[in-house]
Amino acid sequence: MDRIPILKLGEALLVTIQVDMHDRLAMALEEDLTTQIVQHTAKGVLIDISALEIVDSFIGRTLANIAMIAKVLDADTVVVGMRPAVAITLVELGLSLPGVRTALNAERGMAMIRNRIERADLNLRDEEEGGH
Amino acid sequence: MATSTVPIRTGEDVVRVRQEVRRFAIEAGLGLVDQTKIVTAASELARNTLDHGKGGQATIDLVQSGARCGVRIVFEDNGPGIPDIELALKDGYTSGKGMGLGLGGARRLCNEFAIVSEAGQGTRVTVARWK
Repeated sequence: MDRIPILKLGEALLVTIQVDMHDRLAMALEEDLTTQIVQHTAKGVLIDISALEIVDSFIGRTLANIAMIAKVLDADTVVVGMRPAVAITLVELGLSLPGVRTALNAERGMAMIRNRIERADLNLRDEEEGGH
Repeated sequence: MATSTVPIRTGEDVVRVRQEVRRFAIEAGLGLVDQTKIVTAASELARNTLDHGKGGQATIDLVQSGARCGVRIVFEDNGPGIPDIELALKDGYTSGKGMGLGLGGARRLCNEFAIVSEAGQGTRVTVARWK
């Protein structure tokens, strides 16, 4: 069965969706990402959808689910690269992608994740110092 | 361009419907945003045919009205039918695994939208998008 590859980039996971997503592929991605977030103690998930020609409610739900699962596992999800025509259509369809953060491109999305990791590290250090 | 009929039996078929509708939309001369809208609507409706209608088919056509060109798609299934169409068209209404935007959302993405459904007989949804 086809699978969407997941790359590890520091404390983040990078997913580039380059194929037309059907049901089983979406479900496999959910599972694989969940496993790898735990395995690599990833703090962020970057999903590049610049190759997607449409996002329907099924794909939207998949993205929202991934974001929710990642949140429970203490990782942030940022969806990047949405095409303008896809954005217009999403709004008209009424899809709001609850819990999904977005950035215009992979660079900005990665910066969002890095910021979050740095902030988390700082908080952790503060707490440790406070404890002494 | 000849009529194209795509059977809808699996999730992969939904992808096939999208690809066919895209091909027709380009042929009809629709712009990128209009193409995206009708392909997205077709994806929602094909999924309805699969999930609620227990499978069926999509028939895709080029249509002409005066100087205007467009694409029309008819989704048919022999499933249980929709008991309350008004309710099914409301945002947030869902009986399946989607986000409850399928029917109402698809209607907003089309220029024409018609639905005929009878309990126990099945459902037929006809949509069109014009250039």
